[in-house]
Amino acid sequence: MAEGTPLVLLIEDEPQMRRFLRAALESHDYRLVEATTSREGLAQATSRNPDVILLDLGLPDGDGIDLARRIREWSVTPIVVISARGKEQDKVAALDAGADDYLTKPFGTDELLARLRVALRHAARVASPAEPVFSVGELRVDLAARRVFVGSSEVHLTPTEYKLLTVLVRHAGKVVTQRQILKEVWGPNAVEHTHYLRVYMAQLRHKIEQDPTRPHHLQTEVGVGYRLRLE
Amino acid sequence: MNERPSPEALLQRLRAEEARAGRGRLKIFFGASPGVGKTYAMLEEARAKQRERVDVVVGVVETHGRAETTALLTDLEILARKKIEYRGITLEEFDLDGALARRPALILVDELAHTNAPGSRHTRRYQDVEELLGAGIDVHTTLNVQHLESLNDVVAQITGIEVRETVPDSIVDSADELELADLSAEDLLQRLREGKVYVPEQAARAIDRFFRKGNLIALRELALRRTAERVDAQMRGYMEEHGIRETWPAGERILVCIGPNPAGARLIRAGKRMAASLKCDWVVLCVETPGQSISAADREALIQNLQLAQELGAQATTLSGHSIADEVLAYARAQNVTKIIAGKPTHGRWRDKVFGSLLDHLVRGSGEIDVYVITGDAEEGGPARRRAGKARAGWRDYAWASLIVAVCTVLGALIFQSVSVTDVAMVYLLGAGVVASRFGRGPSVVSAFLSIAAFDFFFVPPRYTFAFSDFRYALTFSVMLVIALVISGLTLRIREQAETARLRERRTGALYAMSRELAATRGFADLVQVASRHLQETFDARVQFLFPSAEGRLHAPVGVPPAYPIDEKELGVAHWVFVRSHNAGIGTDTLPSAQAFYLPLVASGGTIGVVGLRPGDPRRFEDPTLQRLVETFAGQAGLALERALLAERAHNEQLEIEAERLRTALLSSLSHDLRTPLGVITGAASSLLEERSHLTDTTRRDLLQTILEESRRMNRLIGNLLDMIRVESGALEVQKEWQPLEEVVGVALIRLEDRLRGHSVTVTLPPDLPLVPLDAVLMEQVFVNLLENAVKYTASGTPIEISAVAMNGTVRVDVADRGPGLPPGEEGRIFDKFYRAAGAGTQGGVGLGLTICRGIVTAHGGRIWAENRPGGGALFRFTLPVTGGPPVPVLAEAKESAESSPAG
Repeated sequence: MAEGTPLVLLIEDEPQMRRFLRAALESHDYRLVEATTSREGLAQATSRNPDVILLDLGLPDGDGIDLARRIREWSVTPIVVISARGKEQDKVAALDAGADDYLTKPFGTDELLARLRVALRHAARVASPAEPVFSVGELRVDLAARRVFVGSSEVHLTPTEYKLLTVLVRHAGKVVTQRQILKEVWGPNAVEHTHYLRVYMAQLRHKIEQDPTRPHHLQTEVGVGYRLRLE
Repeated sequence: MNERPSPEALLQRLRAEEARAGRGRLKIFFGASPGVGKTYAMLEEARAKQRERVDVVVGVVETHGRAETTALLTDLEILARKKIEYRGITLEEFDLDGALARRPALILVDELAHTNAPGSRHTRRYQDVEELLGAGIDVHTTLNVQHLESLNDVVAQITGIEVRETVPDSIVDSADELELADLSAEDLLQRLREGKVYVPEQAARAIDRFFRKGNLIALRELALRRTAERVDAQMRGYMEEHGIRETWPAGERILVCIGPNPAGARLIRAGKRMAASLKCDWVVLCVETPGQSISAADREALIQNLQLAQELGAQATTLSGHSIADEVLAYARAQNVTKIIAGKPTHGRWRDKVFGSLLDHLVRGSGEIDVYVITGDAEEGGPARRRAGKARAGWRDYAWASLIVAVCTVLGALIFQSVSVTDVAMVYLLGAGVVASRFGRGPSVVSAFLSIAAFDFFFVPPRYTFAFSDFRYALTFSVMLVIALVISGLTLRIREQAETARLRERRTGALYAMSRELAATRGFADLVQVASRHLQETFDARVQFLFPSAEGRLHAPVGVPPAYPIDEKELGVAHWVFVRSHNAGIGTDTLPSAQAFYLPLVASGGTIGVVGLRPGDPRRFEDPTLQRLVETFAGQAGLALERALLAERAHNEQLEIEAERLRTALLSSLSHDLRTPLGVITGAASSLLEERSHLTDTTRRDLLQTILEESRRMNRLIGNLLDMIRVESGALEVQKEWQPLEEVVGVALIRLEDRLRGHSVTVTLPPDLPLVPLDAVLMEQVFVNLLENAVKYTASGTPIEISAVAMNGTVRVDVADRGPGLPPGEEGRIFDKFYRAAGAGTQGGVGLGLTICRGIVTAHGGRIWAENRPGGGALFRFTLPVTGGPPVPVLAEAKESAESSPAG
């Protein structure tokens, strides 16, 4: 494999799952390093310096959340967590501990690749300055001029709504936990007031979504947070 | 033989013997009721006689179609019956002439009491028998005790059935032999049930009244006594010795009426003597009336008397009612009492004239019951009758009485100049009234006399002497005295009645309060606690409930410290109470050395436990009235506890059944619903792997698509099963957060995007819909399940509508489709586990989706139901409570509103 292709560290104890991921990733030009335990994962993360880490939360020798936190102590390598539905609290904990995104089992190859792409892009952006204009589909956010457009018409947002939108734009494609948004928009004292967020999210949707009951851009990750869709 | 018979007696006997010479012998088979086997016995003896070569003929025997009787008739010569025409009906009767012509040595004539058909020689069969005997033919016959003339009325009293066909006692007395056909009441009832007893049609109505065990026992007793008497009479008759001829009515029962006073003891002893001489049961009864007030001393005496009665073997009872006489008579009738003993009145005649006489009432209402009136004076100088309430007034009361008279005198002196002397008397009268109403009898009598004296001394001419010139003043004085006494009497009475009423009211109130609280309480332990508290408060005693364990040993409820130490002895008493279902312990005659008074907790299904009350005052529960009251409380508690026990048991059983059903259904769904997709996946994957297969790319793709779809289906099924388990196990943690419904609906719609593609889904949410406290993860599942359900059962292209509306304190959400609707009558069942409507198609799940919805909505404090829509289709509706409101957000926007738009 060429040095230029991204290196993925897969920390997963189930052989079948590893087999599937190996097949999916290698056929899409990813290089792969595998680890089956938390300890081994930490060692590989240090020694191999991967571009992205796929981390299963249910590891036999310890807590995946803990591992995410330990990696984050010295590394900015994006971490995508793999977990089953109904474990929303674990996901939130992992995200708050420093993970960048998550995948819910079972997932398809499309989903996996999309998450990895977003993670890698964000990692790249940390190095280079942000684009002044963000645009996806009909939605266009001119961050320099602080203006928002849907199609050709401009949308007028309140300062809070705008702030909320920019937080999501900054993490575009990634899930952002409620806590994270609250902290960034309202400040560290507001992290418990999730209903603020919901009320403003609803308002924002009514302004930029065609059908707020079926939001295209502002997607809810139930029990976790929100995601600004990139497709 | 010290006493030789008198010549007259000898002569009489000789005549009787002469009369008997040449007469046939009469033998009566005597029985207590139909069905005891008289005819059978008669026939058996006849056969025995026949074997002894006696010339036996059956004159008339009614077999009533009984096979065992008919069998005995074979080999016996039967006399043809005589046919009598009567009003166009042919009646068959015993042929007397035929019998006389045949002249057998012995003839059997059944049913001595029979009435012959009109046109026969004699109206009654016993007259036929007389003639046969007179002709020197021996007769065997049968007779029931109720047909005996002297016992007829007694029988009627016992059974309530008048028997018209009676036989004079003389026939029975003159019978040479009386043989008793005896059968116990139980056996007779058994025969009756087996249809072996002949019941004439006209009596069929009365059969139930007649064939009661009590009746049968009484009748049997009558028959036995009558037979015994005859045996006595025969023995003594030979010696011409006629002693007391007692006709014993069956089941004599004596009732002794006592009042709440010491005089009862004598009556009780009298009752005992009478009962002993009559060898019968007796009852001692005290009736309390609401207007009656009983002093502590009298109550004490009453308790002693009731205990005395019990010691002497009586059944002691206390009743309450408005009329003593009515209660006594009602009780007497209910208990088959034949004699009532009451005390002689101790009060003056005037009282009876005014208030009516108890005895008079009793005697008039007694009917067939004999009433004996006995001197009921107190024995051995016991405490005399005493008034209750303020029996003894203190010296203060007398001082007040004197003071009031003094005040009246002053008042009288002030007005004396302007009014007449009689008006001054009115002032004194007023004073006497005040004293009487406030200070009881003693002071009022004193004040009456003082008033008279003062009035006489100060106002009646000649003044300042106690003499009075005009005789009319004597009338004034006596009126004053009488009025003072009447007022004081009435006041006392009212006060006592108020006291009694208050006590009664308090107890009734306490009982009501307990019943109400018991009705509102759920759970065995809580019920025990409630009952304990009420019993403790009402009876001022420490209360301990005891319940049997599985092994039948009584023990206190676990986790609650005993109200008083319960050792082996106490447990023993409690156990006795439990087993016998009878009160015992302190205050009773059974095991009175126990610490507490124990009562069984009797419920409809039997005794469920025991309650012990340890009173502060050891004599407290000696009062039978109080015992009855405790019983009432215990009864209430018992019923409530039984209800709780039954509910608990039913609930457990229900849970077990549910669990069992769930297990079965789960197994079948696991084996079927999970294996089906697995089978498809396995098949598709193995085809793809087969090396020599020549699959086209399209087929290959189809197979892969199938694998993907089936995997998703399995994922959904497993998700449902997991949710179900969480709902079922109660592990459903609802983490409510204030959410806009729109967001939750949106999530569900996006999750089902692919599957909803064939349907148009419209969402109508009012813009002012409030935030709803809900668990978004769970509520999303509700919408997903409802939408999947709609997709499953409706045709592609039909609309699905989601709407919500806020109404006082709740938000109601509708998910409606235009599918085939719900099977009528199944609207409630569709939420049941594993319910699958017909036509679910291959997409059908396990039948858990709606159950999960119900579980989640219920856990949110809401309600979910389904109905058919007008115009077709199903409507699923659920409510979510919106109580309070979200913490008001400190909207940063408020500050910002002044600012212009960020873009502007």
